Amino acid sequence: MAEENVKVIKAPGGGRYRGPKVKVENAGQIFKRLMVYVGKKYKFQYALVIVCIIVNVLSNIQGTLFTKTLIDDYIMPLMGSENPDYSNLLHAIIRVAGFYLCGIIASLVQQLTMIYISQGTLRDLRQDLFTHMESLPISYFDKNIHGDIMSVYTNDIDTLRQMISQSIPQFVSSVITIVSVFASMIFLSIPLTLVTVVMLAIMLKASTKVASQSGKYFVKQQAKLGEVNGYIEEMMSGQKVIKVFNHEKESMTDFKRLNDELYENAYSANKFVNVIGPVNAQLGNLGYVVCAIVGGAFALKGFWGLTTGALISFLTFNRQINMPISQVSQQMNSVVMALAGADRIFKILDEKPETDEGYVTLVNAKEENGELVETTERTGLWAWKHTHQADKSVTYVKLTGDVVFDDVDFGYTEDKQVLFNVDLFATPGQKIAFVGSTGAGKTTITNLINRFYDIQDGKIRYDGININKIKKADLRHSLGMVLQDTHLFTASVMDNIRYGKLDATDEEVYAAARLANADGFIKRLPDGYNTVLTGDGANLSQGQRQLLAIARAAIANPPVLILDEATSSIDTRTEKIVQAGMDGLMKGRTTFVIAHRLSTVRNSDCIIVLEHGRVIERGPHDELIEKKGKYYQLYTGNAVG
Amino acid sequence: MEFEREKHSMLRTLGKHLKEFKKATILTPIFMILEVIFDMIIPLLMGKIVSNGIEKGDMDYIVKTGIVMVVLALLGLLSGILGGVFGAKASTGFARNLREAMFNNIQTFAFSNIDKYSTSGLVTRLTTDVTNVQNAFQMIIRMCVRAPFSMIIAMIMAFMINARIASIYLVAVIFLSLFLVFVMSRAMKYFSQVFKKYDDLNESVQENVSAIRVVKAYVREEYENEKFKKANNNIYKMFIKAEKVMAFTTPTMIATVNVTILLISWVGAHMIISGTGGLNTGDLVSLLAYCMNILMSLMMVAMIFVMVSMSMSSGKRIAEVLNEAPDIVNPDNPVMEVKNGDIDFEGVKFAYNKGESGGYVLDDINLHIKSGETIGIIGGTGSSKSSLVNLISRLYDVSDGSLLVGGIDVRKYDLEVLRNEVSVVLQKNVLFSGSIYDNLRWGDKDATDEECRKACQMACADEFIEALPDGYNTHIEQGGTNVSGGQRQRLCIARALLKKPKILILDDSTSAVDTATDAKIRKAFKEVIPGTTKLIIAQRINSVQEADRIIVMDEGRINGIGTHDELLKSNEIYKEVYESQTGGGGDFDEQGGAH
Repeated sequence: MAEENVKVIKAPGGGRYRGPKVKVENAGQIFKRLMVYVGKKYKFQYALVIVCIIVNVLSNIQGTLFTKTLIDDYIMPLMGSENPDYSNLLHAIIRVAGFYLCGIIASLVQQLTMIYISQGTLRDLRQDLFTHMESLPISYFDKNIHGDIMSVYTNDIDTLRQMISQSIPQFVSSVITIVSVFASMIFLSIPLTLVTVVMLAIMLKASTKVASQSGKYFVKQQAKLGEVNGYIEEMMSGQKVIKVFNHEKESMTDFKRLNDELYENAYSANKFVNVIGPVNAQLGNLGYVVCAIVGGAFALKGFWGLTTGALISFLTFNRQINMPISQVSQQMNSVVMALAGADRIFKILDEKPETDEGYVTLVNAKEENGELVETTERTGLWAWKHTHQADKSVTYVKLTGDVVFDDVDFGYTEDKQVLFNVDLFATPGQKIAFVGSTGAGKTTITNLINRFYDIQDGKIRYDGININKIKKADLRHSLGMVLQDTHLFTASVMDNIRYGKLDATDEEVYAAARLANADGFIKRLPDGYNTVLTGDGANLSQGQRQLLAIARAAIANPPVLILDEATSSIDTRTEKIVQAGMDGLMKGRTTFVIAHRLSTVRNSDCIIVLEHGRVIERGPHDELIEKKGKYYQLYTGNAVG
Repeated sequence: MEFEREKHSMLRTLGKHLKEFKKATILTPIFMILEVIFDMIIPLLMGKIVSNGIEKGDMDYIVKTGIVMVVLALLGLLSGILGGVFGAKASTGFARNLREAMFNNIQTFAFSNIDKYSTSGLVTRLTTDVTNVQNAFQMIIRMCVRAPFSMIIAMIMAFMINARIASIYLVAVIFLSLFLVFVMSRAMKYFSQVFKKYDDLNESVQENVSAIRVVKAYVREEYENEKFKKANNNIYKMFIKAEKVMAFTTPTMIATVNVTILLISWVGAHMIISGTGGLNTGDLVSLLAYCMNILMSLMMVAMIFVMVSMSMSSGKRIAEVLNEAPDIVNPDNPVMEVKNGDIDFEGVKFAYNKGESGGYVLDDINLHIKSGETIGIIGGTGSSKSSLVNLISRLYDVSDGSLLVGGIDVRKYDLEVLRNEVSVVLQKNVLFSGSIYDNLRWGDKDATDEECRKACQMACADEFIEALPDGYNTHIEQGGTNVSGGQRQRLCIARALLKKPKILILDDSTSAVDTATDAKIRKAFKEVIPGTTKLIIAQRINSVQEADRIIVMDEGRINGIGTHDELLKSNEIYKEVYESQTGGGGDFDEQGGAH
């Protein structure tokens, strides 16, 4: 981690563990936006799914109604007849079978279509998220915890999948079922419907009561779970220190206390959740009994023309309506939970990408009659193509690596300035070193040259051009960076080096590796250059990883190099070997070096001493030593403690 | 076969930790079964209400049966609630015990055991894996018994009403189970493939997030987008393939139910009308109700099967930690006192992997250090400096030869006694969340404020601590992220000093401390704790220069021992390192913001 940035990173509430009852602001808007997103590509498919659901529900109801006609119209009249004629019954059964078949086909179409909708949407969302993330400025990654960004990809996308492919269709199906069952019930008997409604109201009341109890404990459980997980994470990463200090018993006692608290809350939360099911089911049964008794009385007395068959159908509907009603609230809850995830996804998509208003581009050039001319071939000579805004005239400036800071002010946030009036100039081929304590602003300066961050005031010029005018991609192409913390990718060693220049030949890769003195150890790897690195090059030593990073920078062959503590993790002996490679790499290039080793700094053309964001001394080594100032103190180790 | 045995031993390992929740574990399925029984009688009575009450116009019968049903529903409610409560108790309690047992076992781990697992690996086992097992366990005790039992009861009921019609169910059940087995096994294969790929994809996102500076510096956004697109599309296709298999389950299930209903209606109607087989309309209603019940239960069984097999790998990972035996344990009749700070290495060899012969990390180490000596250790990365000192407090055991502290083999000491007398400041050191005092008292929990401050003075940490707004009561964040690297190192030294050890080992512990402060700390050691044996590993020559003797390590062997002047004359490596750092300080390390 670049030293200065550590302080910028702040946890935004660390919302990793979430309770079941999530309150989402603007849930309606998020839902709408999500539907628009899905609808963009899958409008017709989603409509088809809804149609399928309706067909499915209707065919189910037809089936239930058939039970009534089966008994009333087909069995009862034939009862006791000597020669029953089954042809009517057969027709009825075939008709119902037709309905059922429609239902089955609808269900199959629904399932298959849903797969394409949900997986397709997720693929698009992932792609959009990733593409957008790549376009975000570095400051975004400073401000957000990497784990939180990752959790969007893993957790939020996953809950969204469940919501799109399950919760919403189920919800729709439940609502349609409820509506149509109610309609059928009203059609069969209005008074009995009223009785049912009363019973359902009681059931809902009871289950919300239980659910709110469980919700309360769930929130507590999630909080405790967060606490326990935090404790576990801390202790597991400090496990070796625990051993060294014989602290095992204390950590066990602390853990037991936290773990017991978690258990108490988890028990209560789960208890209530488990109870909701039986409560709903048995209250449903009670409702059935009441309907049966009341309905039986009606049928017997012949009130409202209720027939036996109608009563039986009604009772079947009564059983059918319980399930969707007790599920609706559950589905609603999971939709809301997924919306919280959708909200986080959209928040990332709404982040403003890195802007690039630069128009000066980097082109291959060749010299003709002492003038620079643009060419398509790879000449090794580069020029800045400057199309002037005013008159559209084009001038070419040779890329040499001349960097000037003119009175630069900068702060990561508006309210905290970290660099003050920084002036500095590097002529092509010069080596500039930055020296100073933690937080002095060394890394910050290098991050301004490649426009990872934009300055608040002052000017930075590159070959005489204000870097704000240069296209970011071209600016960065012209700068090679070896960062303090090395990052490698899951790929072969070859591909990792080639990252610096995608079209590099194998020969070029070998040459770069030799230049960085990485060739030796790479050859000793199990598969040589084809060894696949995983987990950020976890199977390599820190020094080896840095050598690869140096090779990666070497292959890009940039005119300006930025080395931020590039050799910090290499021991002094190995460093000597690397140094030779580094010197080769730095030859003829403008180089900015941040280092705490004397050997790296001493032979610089100019050493800049920074303190609290200001340049306090500058000049070559001998001059600074003579001056007996801060550099001298740092150098001789006589700094005031 | 092998897998089966493994599964058994895993279940046994986990099962041991049920302990006080055994009762709840047994009661849960019992109540669940009771609930099922009540649940099953109710449709029977519903049928009876229809056939004996409504059809025959017997209001009395309706009311009587209704009351019985109400009683049964209440009993069902009671057993349902009890089953739920006991289920919650058993599963959350089981999870608690598993977490505690794992955590406690990890506390007994030796360094070699810890090395075997990554930190994140252990965290996953203690968190996600336990949650998975908890959910699966609850599912098993509540549903695993309930669903098949409910299916069987319903089946029996159906057979009691009418065997001929019930046999239709039997055929349907067999058909559906065969179908489910087929679908599930195929789907599981596809899903396990796609989930692996999915993990890979997320890993590459993770890589991009942490290496965003590299991506941006090399202007590789487009390249990464393309790479991601390819992987993303690939996963999309695999998911579609896997889910397509699953898509057939629901329609097939519905089709089976529907065909069954129609068949029963047709056959049932014939039987009722012709009066054969003693079937009446009420029976038919009951039979149709059981139809749903039976086939739903079957689906449930299939779901449980999938869930349980998914949590199997979690269970396996937990059992692994529980079964891990610590590599280093206290000896019988341990020596309870360390006489002095003498250290003797006698022909010591050491390898991290015991199995592999030949590849020693340390070889042929013979070394005798007198109590009170200050020893500097220097050498390149990978020269096994840390391995050497880690043996002294028995963080690892020697592979061959012997190591004596205070004249007695370290393997004979009580571990706690030894580690209290040999204080190590590890290279990768951490602070814990809590106040500075809390952190310091890891060294000595009974230390007074005064003692804490004195230790900090020696470690040159007092100045910056006193400059903090809350001084020694300042809260340290997890991992010590709110103090700088140099400050953290000094706090860790102070913490180690509070142990008042006979041997103090600093493993590259002042690398982020500026040279002047580093010198001050060493001076304080000399003056305040002259009797303590001090071993100092460093990269900088001037950190070890004044030591009584300096050990030069190279590729796991001692390359040279002597004073600074002697080594400069005789030792090539030392000379080389010295020359590369010449010029007094030689280092521009962070000042650590001490002033």
